[in-house]
Amino acid sequence: MTEANGTSVSIQDLSLNFGAVSVLQTLNLDVAEGEFIVLLGPSGCGKSTLLNCIAGLLDISEGRIFIKGKNVTWEEPKDRGIGMVFQSYALYPQMTVEKNLSFGLRVAGVARDEIAKRIARAAEILQIEPLLQRKPAALSGGQRQRVAIGRALVRDVDVFLFDEPLSNLDAKLRAELRVEIKLLHRKLQNTMIYVTHDQIEAMTLADRIAVMRGGIIQQLDAPQTIYNRPVNRFVAGFLGSPAMNFLDGQVEAGPVFKTDGVSVPLDRYVFDGTERPTGACVLGIRPEHIAFGDAAKSMPFSASGSVEIVEPMGSDTLVWTKLGGRNLSFRVEAERTLRPGDPVQIGFDPVRASLFDAATGNRL
Amino acid sequence: MSDQAVTLPASAGAVANRLEASGPRGPKPRHVFSRRNIFLYGTLFVVAVYYLLPLYVMVVTSLKGMPEIRLGNIFSPPLEITFEPWVKAWSTACTGLNCDGLSRGFWNSVRITVPSVLLSIAIASVNGYALANWRFKGADTFFVILIVGAFIPYQIMIYPIVIILREVGLYGSLAGLVIVHSIFGMPILTLLFRNYFSSMPEELFRAARVDGAGFWGIFLRIMAPMSLPIFVVAIILQVTGIWNDFLFGVVYTRPDTYPMTVQLNNIVNSVQGVKEYNVNMAATILTGLVPLIVYFISGKLFVRGIAAGAVKG
Repeated sequence: MTEANGTSVSIQDLSLNFGAVSVLQTLNLDVAEGEFIVLLGPSGCGKSTLLNCIAGLLDISEGRIFIKGKNVTWEEPKDRGIGMVFQSYALYPQMTVEKNLSFGLRVAGVARDEIAKRIARAAEILQIEPLLQRKPAALSGGQRQRVAIGRALVRDVDVFLFDEPLSNLDAKLRAELRVEIKLLHRKLQNTMIYVTHDQIEAMTLADRIAVMRGGIIQQLDAPQTIYNRPVNRFVAGFLGSPAMNFLDGQVEAGPVFKTDGVSVPLDRYVFDGTERPTGACVLGIRPEHIAFGDAAKSMPFSASGSVEIVEPMGSDTLVWTKLGGRNLSFRVEAERTLRPGDPVQIGFDPVRASLFDAATGNRL
Repeated sequence: MSDQAVTLPASAGAVANRLEASGPRGPKPRHVFSRRNIFLYGTLFVVAVYYLLPLYVMVVTSLKGMPEIRLGNIFSPPLEITFEPWVKAWSTACTGLNCDGLSRGFWNSVRITVPSVLLSIAIASVNGYALANWRFKGADTFFVILIVGAFIPYQIMIYPIVIILREVGLYGSLAGLVIVHSIFGMPILTLLFRNYFSSMPEELFRAARVDGAGFWGIFLRIMAPMSLPIFVVAIILQVTGIWNDFLFGVVYTRPDTYPMTVQLNNIVNSVQGVKEYNVNMAATILTGLVPLIVYFISGKLFVRGIAAGAVKG
């Protein structure tokens, strides 16, 4: 998105099999110069594997990988122009921070004053100057991860690869470092490929998110697009916390969505194709898109019910009710005091909803 | 006023109530002479005596003169301490062939042990590293073959090795014995190193690869410096194993290159004149001294390394 003036990383028809198990299947991905791509998915979806393939740490079974227009499919990791940050930091425990940072450069035989210059720059960017003479064991988790990022930084690479870099940190530090990584990207303008299973990291950091499942990229789009117009039910359910509500039912001519005693008019809904499908489908609506009280009455669809459970979350409150016999959650301001049993009026605009084919799960 | 008078006793009563109701608090008291302690320390004491008593007899006997030994009180401390037997055992005791004591055997053992230990550990550590980190084709097969090797009693292989060494012209030389020791140390040492290296975080290895280090670079600059405990374990295993070896020593060397253990056997079993128990005891302690010292110096590292190497298989 930012200055997309060329392709930085290009993956073409990449497949990877471990024996009979196919981990990645003819995967294609183009990452623009300076773009921040997040590979998001549940564990075992192949996102880390894909990253290791890009890094050259895993031999691929099929396909090609280009970095900066150069075919690096058979290149060693060090020749690919990548720097990598690992979940466990992977700092060399017997070396000081300075030696950790300089290891790659010393291996490459970079001149000593050049090494010093680059370390000084990286240490300044990451604010780890006071730690340079310490060993990793004497650092906190956040400091270690900074050093790990610094190790990629000093190598002056085109592409940064992050393999769940924040997963080992506690929630507060994670939020802090997330911001720092975003600032770092702003400052450096490098291409970054970032693997995570944390949707908040994905939403906040990414220019584009690639949601993966079973070795296949389900959807590759800007975070807002993925959030608002998920291409299938898996993507819809994986992103968003609290999760999207799903109602099973039918689309009937009109078009209208019907489920036990509920009918939602769909004339404002934007269908993916031009034809109007009918048959079994799933309607998805996010908790924050459900209006409540008086606002609900003016919505194209509205219904009444009663409160089942109330979950206060601090900034707002999640309220559970039933619609058409199914659990449905919606968000209200934290100030609203609702109790189980209270009658509620809810409603939503179908333009905010998503319709999925019941059989394939694809967006209608 | 009356209000205060009522509240005060009430709160005091509440405190007393709480103290009473609270029950046990703080560390649980332990009794020194509990049944558990008596049993535990009693067992430890018996086992310690079981192992230390023979050592005590050896030390005491080696410090006595022959007249005193003939009195037969093997547990009594020496009336007159003499170091004569130690000197004799080291420099003038007679084996069947020569009379320069254990000193010759000691230096032979050093010349056998040092290169064998270094060579076997150097090769086995690289083996283990390659097996653990560079999963090359056939790595598992290779590993299985190696492990099977560890379970074959090596007496079976003595004669074939004699022939092989004879054919390559190394039979009877120290070099031949060094090679034999290195080869026989390989299965267990490789297993040890492989398990240790597999227990190291995989990401460390990957990070080093991204940093551009190659096979040897990663081994020498990242892996080996992190593996001091397991190297110490390997050194202890090999030093004690090779130093205490008798069978290979007697089979693959000639009398003038016999290791200390063989020399000791020849001193103790030489059947001319009187049995000099004090000299025999001194010679035995001298022979066992090297492994003992190794254990004492590196005991802590040894335990740590064994534990670390044993975690993952």
